Amino acid sequence: MTIEITRRNALMFGAAGVASVSFGLSAFAKEMTTEEAVASFVGGIEPSEMRIEIDAPEIAENGNSVPIEVSVESAMEGDDMVEEILVLASGNPNPGVATFRFSALSGEARASTRIRLAKTQDVVALARMKDGSIHRATRAIKVTIGGCGG
Amino acid sequence: MAKIKPRVKVPKKAEAGEIVTIKTLLAHPMESGQRKDKKTGEVIPQDIVNYFSASFNGETLFEVDVDPAVSTNPYIEFTLKVPESGTVSFLWKTDNDGDFEIEKKIKVG
Repeated sequence: MTIEITRRNALMFGAAGVASVSFGLSAFAKEMTTEEAVASFVGGIEPSEMRIEIDAPEIAENGNSVPIEVSVESAMEGDDMVEEILVLASGNPNPGVATFRFSALSGEARASTRIRLAKTQDVVALARMKDGSIHRATRAIKVTIGGCGG
Repeated sequence: MAKIKPRVKVPKKAEAGEIVTIKTLLAHPMESGQRKDKKTGEVIPQDIVNYFSASFNGETLFEVDVDPAVSTNPYIEFTLKVPESGTVSFLWKTDNDGDFEIEKKIKVG
């Protein structure tokens, strides 16, 4: 299935488009701040700073495509299992980046992608373990050229 | 719009129990909904890949809820602990361009 979006269509259905976009956001309401996103994920549990790591360049020349890897030390068996990792970019217009969900088939809790960063900021990763505990990592990334258009 | 095309890299062979890395990329503009058309000043509507999943022999292996902050041509890399020979199935869902699927076989031994 393919729906071409012409500029005319975009203008005609501008209002409808905005409405459907806000429903289309997968993990976050549009206005959710980083603090709210963190609070909603941890649900009152105090996160530990152990076992979780964000691997990313210290300085990203191009904010349009910053490689990051998130990982949690885990056997990925029994109760020692990472269920999901949420990645947030605190300095972007919307903090949500991605939620990775793992399984016993994963073998290890590690995922990589490339992300957009609007400016120099902290990237936050939160992992939920099968036993309910939460792990949190924060990583500062300097951005030379921002990646959110304008 | 450029043609939307999935690309994946899965090892053809593995030992039983080996953890292999799987690399995936869908050629897609990932229009963030933040950019403005320079001529009209209108915001260009969001058009992204919003979901990715991989399964092994029908069992869910790995899923991603994707937000607009993932870059153009979304690249996703993850691992599989190979239990036996089988098929890895990949699925991408997009806001406006439908679903994309591809399969790769992996052989143990």
